[in-house]
Amino acid sequence: MYFKKFKKFAFLLAFMTLALSSAKATEECFESTSRAIFKFNMAFDNAILEPIAKGYNKLPNPIKVGTSNFTSNIGTLLSIPNNILQGNFRQVGHATGSFVINTSVGILGFLNPAKKLGLNPHKEDVGQTLATYGIGSGCYFVLPILGPTTVRDSLGMLADTYIDPFAHITIREKELLSASGSALDYYSLKGTTAVDFRADNVTNFDSLEENSIDLYSSLKSVYLQDRDNKINNSNVAQDDWSNLDN
Amino acid sequence: MKKLGIFFFSIIFFLHTNLHSYSTNPEDFVDELVSDAINTLSNKDLNKEEKSKFIEKIALKNVDINALGLYTLGELRKSSEKQNIIKYQEAFEKYFLKSLTSRLTDYSSSKFEVVSADKKSSNYTIISSKITPENGDPEIKIDWRIYTKNPEQPLIRDLIVEGLSLARTQKEEFASILNSNNNDINILISKLIEFANK
Repeated sequence: MYFKKFKKFAFLLAFMTLALSSAKATEECFESTSRAIFKFNMAFDNAILEPIAKGYNKLPNPIKVGTSNFTSNIGTLLSIPNNILQGNFRQVGHATGSFVINTSVGILGFLNPAKKLGLNPHKEDVGQTLATYGIGSGCYFVLPILGPTTVRDSLGMLADTYIDPFAHITIREKELLSASGSALDYYSLKGTTAVDFRADNVTNFDSLEENSIDLYSSLKSVYLQDRDNKINNSNVAQDDWSNLDN
Repeated sequence: MKKLGIFFFSIIFFLHTNLHSYSTNPEDFVDELVSDAINTLSNKDLNKEEKSKFIEKIALKNVDINALGLYTLGELRKSSEKQNIIKYQEAFEKYFLKSLTSRLTDYSSSKFEVVSADKKSSNYTIISSKITPENGDPEIKIDWRIYTKNPEQPLIRDLIVEGLSLARTQKEEFASILNSNNNDINILISKLIEFANK
């Protein structure tokens, strides 16, 4: 039954992403709705996320680093199946090794001894995997609370919950290697990851907010550049300066 | 007479200091420029206004603001009237300097290091660097796109912070404003002026 559902979902996913692969990410799906959702997200950020993030930043550094390591370590679980799907077996080794070492020696992931051993797992998700298969991003839109995304990345986000071992034992309430959890564990982890990310970017976000004429477009550009970098596993920016010199 | 001599000497020294040029080697150029900026911004004897003036001065001399303005305008730079382009570039310069000074005067102590240089062509060299904040925050990778067409006067055209190009972000922001205003450059110009005057 479960497999049948997954097959249906996989077919739908493949169909939609292939159908939308020609749309460029810079194109908007429904800009006015996205801008309205963005306004709501900003209000949510101002009222809830930003104050929590600023409070979180006042915690002693070892607690912040430990929390960040903990969420990042569990996040590595999603990278393992995605690296397999991408055929990137070197990264499978990095992600698996990092998770095993940090969970055991690193006390449930609060410490990051794997980094000192040279293990450097890249964060991979289904959206990135689909991109490596040549599936285009589709158009851009904004989701309530979750923020900027594209058709491919939003479908990828949904698919993540099917292949992420942590989602499997929490929101799907299955047991894996005698580990189990609840949906609350999953959403608490996602919430903590969001707070940790926001806390890391308080100054950057304030600066962008203060210096943007159109914050919606600036954030869209930042999101799309960041996704490109993650897909290419590189920090090299697109080079279109030669057009100016011709 | 002696006092007058000291006065003139001081003026010459002041002018010399302010007209000081950085190295023409792109790697050293970035290193010297940033070291100079860090020294000035961390100088507690200078107030915010003096720091802003300093940033403006080095930006005008070492950043290719005109080219950056044209880049951020996108394809419209080819179809706009010359008069409008000139008006746009004036507004862009004011906007750019205002935005830069507001970002940099709140500088917090950090260690800067040039990591490598990658010559892309005779026109461009990418300098990779990293900034390590002294408060223990994670290091930040910054790439500098240096325009080297005139080897005697390297100019900064873009900063790529952790893979995010500031010029591209600006370009896409302006494109959005233009798209929603029938590609009317005058609306963009008025928004830039409004920002610079706020």
